[in-house]
Amino acid sequence: MMPARPRVPTRFASTLSACVVVAFVVGCSGWQSALDPKGPRADAVAKLHWSLVTVAAVVYVIVISALIYALWRGSRRELPDQAHIHRETPEQADTMKRGVVIAVAITAVVMLSFVFTSVSVGSSVARVDGNKPLRIDVVGHQWWWEVKYPDADPHNNFETANEIHVPVGRPVLIKMTAQDVIHSFWAPNIGGKKDLIPGHETVTWFRADSAGVYRGQCAEFCGHEHAKMAFFIVAEPRLEFESWLQKQRGEAPQPTDSLTQAGQKVFLSGPCVMCHTISGTPAAATAGPNLTHLASRRTIAAGTLPNNTGNLAGWILDPQTIKPGVKMPPNQLDPQSLRALLAYLESLK
Amino acid sequence: MTASAPLPAVPDPDFRRDLISPRDEEEMRARLSATWKEKSGFYGWLTSTNHKSIAKRYIVTAIIFFILGGLEAGMMRLQLSRPENHFVGPDLYNQIFTMHGSTMMFLFAVPVMEAVGLYLVPLMIGTRNVAFPRMNALGYWMYLFGGVLLYVAFFMNTGPDAGWFAYVPLAGPQYSPGKRMDIWAQMITFTEIAALIGAVEIITTIFKQRAPGMSLNRMPLFVWAELITSFMIIFALPAIVVSSTMLAADRLVDTHFFNPAEGGDAILWQHLFWFFGHPEVYIIFIPALGMVSSVVEAFTQRRIFGYPAMILSMVSTAFLGFGLWVHHMFATPLPQLGQSFFTAASAAISIPSGVQIFCWIATIWGGRPRFSTAFKFIIGFFFLFIIGGLTGVMIASIPYDLQVHDTFFVVAHFHYVLIGGAVFPLWAGFYYWFPKLSGRMLSERAGSWNFWLFFIGMNITFFPMHILGLLGMPRRVYTYLPEMGWGGLNALASFGAVFIVASVCVFLFNVWNSLRRGVPAGDNPWNAPTLEWATTSPPPSYGHLYIPVVEGRDPLWDAAPGELAVVTGLRTDRHEGLITSIMDAIPERRYEFKEPSILPLLLAVFGGGTIVIAIFSPWGVTVGAITSFIILAGWFWPTISPDHDTPVAREPL
Repeated sequence: MMPARPRVPTRFASTLSACVVVAFVVGCSGWQSALDPKGPRADAVAKLHWSLVTVAAVVYVIVISALIYALWRGSRRELPDQAHIHRETPEQADTMKRGVVIAVAITAVVMLSFVFTSVSVGSSVARVDGNKPLRIDVVGHQWWWEVKYPDADPHNNFETANEIHVPVGRPVLIKMTAQDVIHSFWAPNIGGKKDLIPGHETVTWFRADSAGVYRGQCAEFCGHEHAKMAFFIVAEPRLEFESWLQKQRGEAPQPTDSLTQAGQKVFLSGPCVMCHTISGTPAAATAGPNLTHLASRRTIAAGTLPNNTGNLAGWILDPQTIKPGVKMPPNQLDPQSLRALLAYLESLK
Repeated sequence: MTASAPLPAVPDPDFRRDLISPRDEEEMRARLSATWKEKSGFYGWLTSTNHKSIAKRYIVTAIIFFILGGLEAGMMRLQLSRPENHFVGPDLYNQIFTMHGSTMMFLFAVPVMEAVGLYLVPLMIGTRNVAFPRMNALGYWMYLFGGVLLYVAFFMNTGPDAGWFAYVPLAGPQYSPGKRMDIWAQMITFTEIAALIGAVEIITTIFKQRAPGMSLNRMPLFVWAELITSFMIIFALPAIVVSSTMLAADRLVDTHFFNPAEGGDAILWQHLFWFFGHPEVYIIFIPALGMVSSVVEAFTQRRIFGYPAMILSMVSTAFLGFGLWVHHMFATPLPQLGQSFFTAASAAISIPSGVQIFCWIATIWGGRPRFSTAFKFIIGFFFLFIIGGLTGVMIASIPYDLQVHDTFFVVAHFHYVLIGGAVFPLWAGFYYWFPKLSGRMLSERAGSWNFWLFFIGMNITFFPMHILGLLGMPRRVYTYLPEMGWGGLNALASFGAVFIVASVCVFLFNVWNSLRRGVPAGDNPWNAPTLEWATTSPPPSYGHLYIPVVEGRDPLWDAAPGELAVVTGLRTDRHEGLITSIMDAIPERRYEFKEPSILPLLLAVFGGGTIVIAIFSPWGVTVGAITSFIILAGWFWPTISPDHDTPVAREPL
């Protein structure tokens, strides 16, 4: 009698299954789940999902039951007469033919209704639902998202990166292309994906029906850091969105104290200006994300790290450890310059 | 009657095997063995052109690549078992998943399905060798060299890293500098040559070398499956020939087929690739359907119900398979109405698949199933493949696909389809035909472990991936953040991989052990109806002692092997076979197969060298053209006696 021994695998199994259940429950309401819809597009597909899963489960149970019945019946029948060992009797053939024909007919009916449902859901989610959509342009880069808010008045145009603010309830029309390789824009809570293809312009739309932050991620393999190319859709009530818009349209705040002034000097005299823009300063390169309002963003490195001083410092000094292969080179800075630079960047609200 | 007596090489229904005296039979066996004897020694091994030797090498090589591809999968599962894992970095991970996909598709699945066909088809249709034995050898060498090229490059850290689908511009010169993707493009060149050669072999052999009386409507379903697959290869492969050559040209000689900055187009690649890539799935799957039919037939002791329906289903699957490629491209800017046709075509394929599944179930219903390992794998095939088929219908829906495309849901889907729909039937076929190949039975007990471990492991590994995909986990990511909540299911999936590894180890042990001390199989251990079981196990180099004459769909059920009518009068002093008509297999001519030769290997070395040099310099093509020409001149030099191809009816010996 060894009562203690068998417990180990049991406990392991129960822990494992608990993990699964927890993961599933947490995940379903997750910020990147197709089954936790926050807009009409994802909602239609989530409903489609559950109806398809139901039909598929029914079909599966029926076919597998038929198989199990056939196995059970076959293995306990008595040996047929010599003439029909290898070949069915005419009566059997009739039954079999009837069974197969009925099953195929049902399959055809199910498939026809599937195609009909799919096409009607497809055309309903493809149509922009609502008036006066907000237009946003997205350009995919290895491995970050350039986000532009075009306006009738060119002075109001601005660029940001990896964070897309939208007003709740208003449809958003996104025009997309890619700078280098193919990427795919996908925020599962909001809607299906669309590719960003160099040399092509693609269009998608979505509407967020409740306020919140929804994560999205590149879905088309795009090289080394495909795994770390995320973005956020921040759906805000209209007024909040308008005030965010106003703030983003402005230039970067000028440094006021000596530390941030020193930091700006570090930025402008260092390699940073080779790739980045901060409007209101001479830095105007476009190879990397626009940093004009960097401090207002939630994350850095395309959704990889929360935007705080420690992470920012680590990223500036050694981005290759955080995102191996990323285009940003490591930077050697003495502690004072680093402190000043961080202070400056964190002042870019 | 002596074997040397001049007899017309025509089937005589009254001339049956048991009318031949044992002494004559012995003499016949001695003569054929002497003529068809394979040269011994290493040189003999290199020059062999016997379809059974070549196919066995093919199968063993494909299993080695299966294991390598599996190890790569294991490394991926280790890396993904927890968030922010540092087992491998992105550079290596991207090589590993590209290698896994390329290996499993190009170096395992397609070659192994053709290899099984190259071994079995000549035995099943009653001929002594495949139609062009030397070309067959060339095909194997090309395949081997392509695989070796890929793995040598991988071990030198030059493994391709832009995915097995090599989407441009990522795979183009600008975003994949270095030689990694050139290696991929040229590995494709090697394997496409091998696949096309295999297809030509199989089609010609089936059309022109069937035993007298085996009209098309008496061919075993497996032979039909190989025939249909070979036609698919011939129609699908040109698309990848063209596209991989265009990619190689973009990379090597600065053309701009896919460069949008110079008027090229990135979507063009996707059309060309998937016009090959989707039929590729059916090229893997249809032979597996043939294997299912063979195994179901033997283990229920019933002929497959609905033979014409089964064939028509395979043919329509093959046709529809060419009309699905856009369902890999629903997220690209193609018009929605046009895309909808591909939804309908994808859904339509479930009808022929359904017909086959229902016919098999009907066969089982009417027969008496024997639950041996081979048949267990077939039952596993039903359980897994139907799940994959149903999720396949789901992702044929455009709006649904836009959510799950390029996520782990799709990874789960196609592993259910390919493991359930191709690897399980392959394993069933292996347990079924291994006694024929080796003369020994595989252990049923080890086989049971093999089956259950794989079946359980496969479900633990791949079922959670459906959920992961719906929770937003994209494919081809080397890591994920802890806060995504994917850790638990990924750990579970990785845990399942342990079962799969254990199962494959049991399988390898079973093969090794059974080869040494398995129970001798006898000619027809399963009481199967098809002709490959009429000869000894393992079959002699000449296949059948007497070429049988076929009088029905199930020759060995219709007549005891001793009662089979046979062909006599074929010459035994040279590699002679019988050519029959396409439809009804009426004898037309006698035909001499070419002798073993070193030329296929030489052509593979020099032609393959050309392909490898072309990775570095376009001059490789020039050098290769000249050397290949010289070798081919030797190859086509007339050496065979002038009467090697003579009509049988008009000119009896």
